[in-house]
Amino acid sequence: MDHFEVFGLPRRLRIDGAELQRKFYELSRRYHPDFHQAAPAERQAEVLDASARLNAAYRALRDPISRIEYLVRLEEGRETKEGATVKPKAPPELLGEMFEIQEALQEAKASNRSDGLEPGARETLAAQRDRLLARYRDEEARLRGPLSEAWDAGGSAERSRVLGGFKDALATRAYLRTVIDDIDQALGEAGEGHVSHRRH
Amino acid sequence: MSRIVGIDLGTTNSLVAYVDDKTGQPRVISDRDGQRLLPSIVSFAGEGVLVGAAARRQLVRRPQSTVYSIKRLMGRGYEDVKGELRYFPFKVLPSEGIVKIQIGSREVTPPEVSAIVLRSLKERAEAHFGEPIEKVVVTVPAYFDDSQRQATKDAGRIAGLDVVRILNEPTAAALAYGLQRLHEGVVAVYDLGGGTFDISILRVKDGVFEVLATNGNTHLGGDDFDRAIVRWLLDEIRGGHGADLSPDPEAMQELRLAAEAAKVRLSTDERTPLTIPFDAFTYSREITRGDLEGLIGQLVDSTLLPCRMALADAGLAPADIDEVVLVGGSTRVPLVRRRVHELFGKTPHSQLNPDEVVALGAAVQAHILAGGITNMLLLDVTPLSLGIETLGGIVSVLIPRNTTIPTNAREMFTTSVDGQRVVDMHVVQGERELAKDCRSLARFELSGVDPMPAGMPKIEVVFLIDANGILQVTATELRTGKAAAIEVRPTYGLAEGDVDRMVEESFTYAEADVEARLLIEARNEADTVITHVERALRQGEALVGAEEQQTIGAALDALRRARATEDRELIREATTAMNRATEHLAELMMDAALKAALASRRADQVLEK
Repeated sequence: MDHFEVFGLPRRLRIDGAELQRKFYELSRRYHPDFHQAAPAERQAEVLDASARLNAAYRALRDPISRIEYLVRLEEGRETKEGATVKPKAPPELLGEMFEIQEALQEAKASNRSDGLEPGARETLAAQRDRLLARYRDEEARLRGPLSEAWDAGGSAERSRVLGGFKDALATRAYLRTVIDDIDQALGEAGEGHVSHRRH
Repeated sequence: MSRIVGIDLGTTNSLVAYVDDKTGQPRVISDRDGQRLLPSIVSFAGEGVLVGAAARRQLVRRPQSTVYSIKRLMGRGYEDVKGELRYFPFKVLPSEGIVKIQIGSREVTPPEVSAIVLRSLKERAEAHFGEPIEKVVVTVPAYFDDSQRQATKDAGRIAGLDVVRILNEPTAAALAYGLQRLHEGVVAVYDLGGGTFDISILRVKDGVFEVLATNGNTHLGGDDFDRAIVRWLLDEIRGGHGADLSPDPEAMQELRLAAEAAKVRLSTDERTPLTIPFDAFTYSREITRGDLEGLIGQLVDSTLLPCRMALADAGLAPADIDEVVLVGGSTRVPLVRRRVHELFGKTPHSQLNPDEVVALGAAVQAHILAGGITNMLLLDVTPLSLGIETLGGIVSVLIPRNTTIPTNAREMFTTSVDGQRVVDMHVVQGERELAKDCRSLARFELSGVDPMPAGMPKIEVVFLIDANGILQVTATELRTGKAAAIEVRPTYGLAEGDVDRMVEESFTYAEADVEARLLIEARNEADTVITHVERALRQGEALVGAEEQQTIGAALDALRRARATEDRELIREATTAMNRATEHLAELMMDAALKAALASRRADQVLEK
């Protein structure tokens, strides 16, 4: 049973969050071990398994991006393992800028200043970070918006094309995340611009 | 289903509670003297064992055999705790694996000490209900790792209890509030106890309590506030009296207790006198709330980062939090309240007694498990990422932190050498990339793999974190479908055989005569009083007249004679009479000390100008 089937949903990306949560609570009431304490051991093992499966399904589906990551794994027959689905890849049009950023980061590392950076370099890096963050958000918007819609509307030929689009966008997003985190760290702002793996 | 009670096994105090069938409300069970809190202190006196208030009275008298704040050592290794050992007067032995404490000629482990506290609460509940109690819910800090949870469960087993659930303290508090006061919405529970700090963010909706994220520090609490005060006092005494008290365990214990009491008073008073009678001199001074805040400011601020991290993991901003709940005795400190208020921008709740709310919540969860409540459900999370060590010491995360439990992950293992029959795994918990920087939980050894060329065997290992937040591992050889044998070597835990042995040993304890224990208690108390009176007479003799000196002397003789008999009631009566005879002297001495403290403060002020 895949995560969509746990909730009785078709393999589509448009999911009503409030409805998903309502269903999660309802199914939790049915399967959570708390309500089966007096059951025979065999039944307890069953509900434990069902409860773990339900929690995994909810975790994968509640966030639109992790939902896409899961869908990609599922379509490629690698649905068991959670985690990175794609190798981070730099978007071609940003390669020049990336080169500059990497150089600035190297310099920051090599310099002996206690805060690691000249004020000027600091400003430049911060500005670059903000541009990348904007690009990161664009990539997420594309994933959640047009790409997801194309998947839901498309036939099987269209879907395999969209799947490629998902993978490219996810690879770019993963790459941007790494660079943004590196810059944050160099700026001593780790955690501040942090986008968690979990969003609502 | 049989009755289940809820236990808050705290760093400083422990409690037991249940849900009243008639009212549906949770209630704390008191002991015979009406005390609700049981100090989490165990004193080993010869063959006997004292627990609670009786053990507390032994803190100064027998510092080396009286164990307190044992929760800080639960599920830990020597390396983890050696930094704070100088604050404990009892001896912790350097050893591999689980921490051991030396008491006279014997060694005890933290779960055994906690088991004595649990057993006392078990007896308290049994006296209340007039029936045996076996099933319990025991609370732990949300940020406790697997070893610390397992140690708590072991403690229950050693105490002859079936721990049906390990429950996170902040979630327990949310349940207790939820029963009556909480509205639907997002709640932050800030729980600062005697030794641990937790922050949990929950969504409460339709009777479901869904934990979104949790964070914390299992080594930060009121104890650390006390230590900051003690360090400061030590410096002061060194400067003022030229005395270094740190090598003297009895004096250190006096200091710690005085520091703790002053801290408590400063939650309501702006300033308070601090008077500590030592053998050679009596130390007096005044301490203000400002002094205290200067000493603990950094510690309080260090709770704010975990709060921000929990918010980030929940994908929320402080403004998204609808209600803030304060739990744990240390949230009585005004500075803590101020900082929490500033962070979340709203006045925190503290209507329920912060010392009792966790036990009340444990009782609610116990009632849910017993089938008494069906409209409430708690969905908790695992606080730390779980992973296995891979090539090069890198951690491969199998279950990320803040995953709703129960949860499981599957991983395939195979062999790297032809004919290999055993596969090893190292399981760790934590957020760092290298296994050596994470918390080592256990090494698992899969044995009985059929000899095959390297890479051929396919062993599926399932890592399950159950509703207690405790890891269970099972393995199957996929070709044969046979379950593979797994040997678990916990890094900081008790082996199965150890627990069995401790269970047996503790039963022999239980049969020890209650009368004998009460006699020991009475004698110990008499000893404490005798020491105090002797000291008071040395220091304060001049304050009272000859007649009063004679009365006190007579009472002291009577108490010494009673102490030598086997008659517990006689000893009790003589102790009470002794206390009465010295009441006036004690008052006079306190006044004198206060005057001295005020005078020295005035002198300070004059000097400053």
